[in-house]
Amino acid sequence: MKTVVANRWASAGKHAVLIAFSFLAIFPVFIIIMNSFKTRAAIFANPYKLPGSGTFSLAGYEAVHGQSDFLMYYKNSLIITIVSIILITLFASMVAFCLSEYKFRGNGFFYIFFILGLLIPIRLGSVSLLDMMVSMQLVGTLLALILVYIAQGLSLAVLVLTQFMRSIPKSIKEAARIEGAGEYKIYLLTVPLIKPALATVAVFTIIPIWNDIWFPLILAPGEATRTVTLGAQQFLGQFSSDWNAVLAALSMSIVPIFIMFFVFSKQIMSGLTSGSVK
Amino acid sequence: MRDSETKVFPRKRIRFHIFVFLFPALLVYTLFMMFPIFDSLRISFYVMDANRIPRFAGLDNYAELLSTPKWREDLLNALRNSSVFFIINFCVQNPVALFLAALLATKTRGGATYRALLYAPTTLSLVVVGFVWQMLLNPIWGIVKTPLEAVGLPYHPWLGLESTALIAMALISSWQYIGVPILLYYTALIAIPEQLIEAAHIDGASGWKIFWTIKFPLILPVAGVISIMTYIFNFNAFDIIYALKGPLAGPNLSTDTMMSFFYRTFFGHEFQQPNPEMGAAIAGLILCILLVGVLIYYFWQKKIENYEL
Repeated sequence: MKTVVANRWASAGKHAVLIAFSFLAIFPVFIIIMNSFKTRAAIFANPYKLPGSGTFSLAGYEAVHGQSDFLMYYKNSLIITIVSIILITLFASMVAFCLSEYKFRGNGFFYIFFILGLLIPIRLGSVSLLDMMVSMQLVGTLLALILVYIAQGLSLAVLVLTQFMRSIPKSIKEAARIEGAGEYKIYLLTVPLIKPALATVAVFTIIPIWNDIWFPLILAPGEATRTVTLGAQQFLGQFSSDWNAVLAALSMSIVPIFIMFFVFSKQIMSGLTSGSVK
Repeated sequence: MRDSETKVFPRKRIRFHIFVFLFPALLVYTLFMMFPIFDSLRISFYVMDANRIPRFAGLDNYAELLSTPKWREDLLNALRNSSVFFIINFCVQNPVALFLAALLATKTRGGATYRALLYAPTTLSLVVVGFVWQMLLNPIWGIVKTPLEAVGLPYHPWLGLESTALIAMALISSWQYIGVPILLYYTALIAIPEQLIEAAHIDGASGWKIFWTIKFPLILPVAGVISIMTYIFNFNAFDIIYALKGPLAGPNLSTDTMMSFFYRTFFGHEFQQPNPEMGAAIAGLILCILLVGVLIYYFWQKKIENYEL
């Protein structure tokens, strides 16, 4: 009896701690988004109150819309992210298939070579990258960013996808081979089998690309190629006194990535903890 | 037909496939990742002469960086700040993350929801997160100030003060990324077999003793991985500093890290001409610093015992 009561207290204490920390994780973001829908007066008078009939206002969003081109920033970020992610998963799955399927000299070397990128931040090559992009006349284009992000994302993708490719039974591929399938066909047959890994890689690669400020700043700082993160940074620096606009701009940068996270959160979490759930 | 081909030219056929599969990734990765790293190192051995023509100068840039008072002061300041940034992240994240992971690793109703909520901030950009906290800490709005003063705690504009701005940013960064070590520790903890813990319980070991003698040695390799990740990531710290303080990393360079020092030197700003060669030398130094960390990690993880479960 005593232990049951003690357990109940322990459990309550545990939940209290977890709720407190979850609150700490979410509250800052929540309060920003909530206040972005309020009038200026209400933001200051009652910052902790939800927007109501008298305090609801979209003034901030209108200001952002009037003073910057967030829709274009979204378009730029989407183009960069989608093209990069498609090519990263395509290229990396080809490498992963190749390294796990064929025995050849240099196999181990190529694996290490690709993984090395996880230890060396690509930002340290920026001086040379800028030189290259200048000579290729790619400065100020989305293509420059896409190329850099593909290079940056390949390491993690090769690591994860090779692990998964290795776990696919040889018998499936051998059976296809006996039926006369060529090596490219076998690759195409294998790719759907690692779909969960592809999704995990995609989500984890999208986040740093979407959130990057370094390369947009160096390679494509112009208005026409501005990404959401760079656009938000420039806007927030410029209009810091317009509270409605600042809150709205912050919310506009937060919400899309949060939606993606909560839609895929199950996938992300199981991807991170894979191999340990028994 | 195909079969006979394989038999006659097995090597050749396989080789061509391998080439096709590796080529696109290898091309992009080598050209835009590996080559620029080495080429940057090459650039760091050059200086521009008066006519803007590069001239090989050996280690001159590095020597200037380390010996000229102007450069050395900035370098040591940035190095110190980067170390502080890393140490704060390391010392805050590890204990808190381990504690929360230990709570989550016991049977918890709603565990998946807690994990998702704690992980959520890591998906945001540090730029945005920096501004979010700047708003919350703003005394005019008072989101943090009012509750603190209500319970009698002191409030200061931490992000603005020279003495606390860097610490505040490091804490914001730990707040944002704590979800990663939580999940990694959690994964390691739930991988420990139940029987092992039960056996210790039967032998009369306390929860505390079980943690330090059984669980801790088993999660030590994960702690190592987290440490090296934190190290590499935090010596890369730039985004929040640039977002909130601009290229000058104010007040008075007090938030200047190696990465913002690199950026400012290489790219320049209103009051300073860009100096790519010197920037490349700073990048070279950062590379050395990271290498030292990776080597320490490598030898450490060879030394610790890895248990097969």
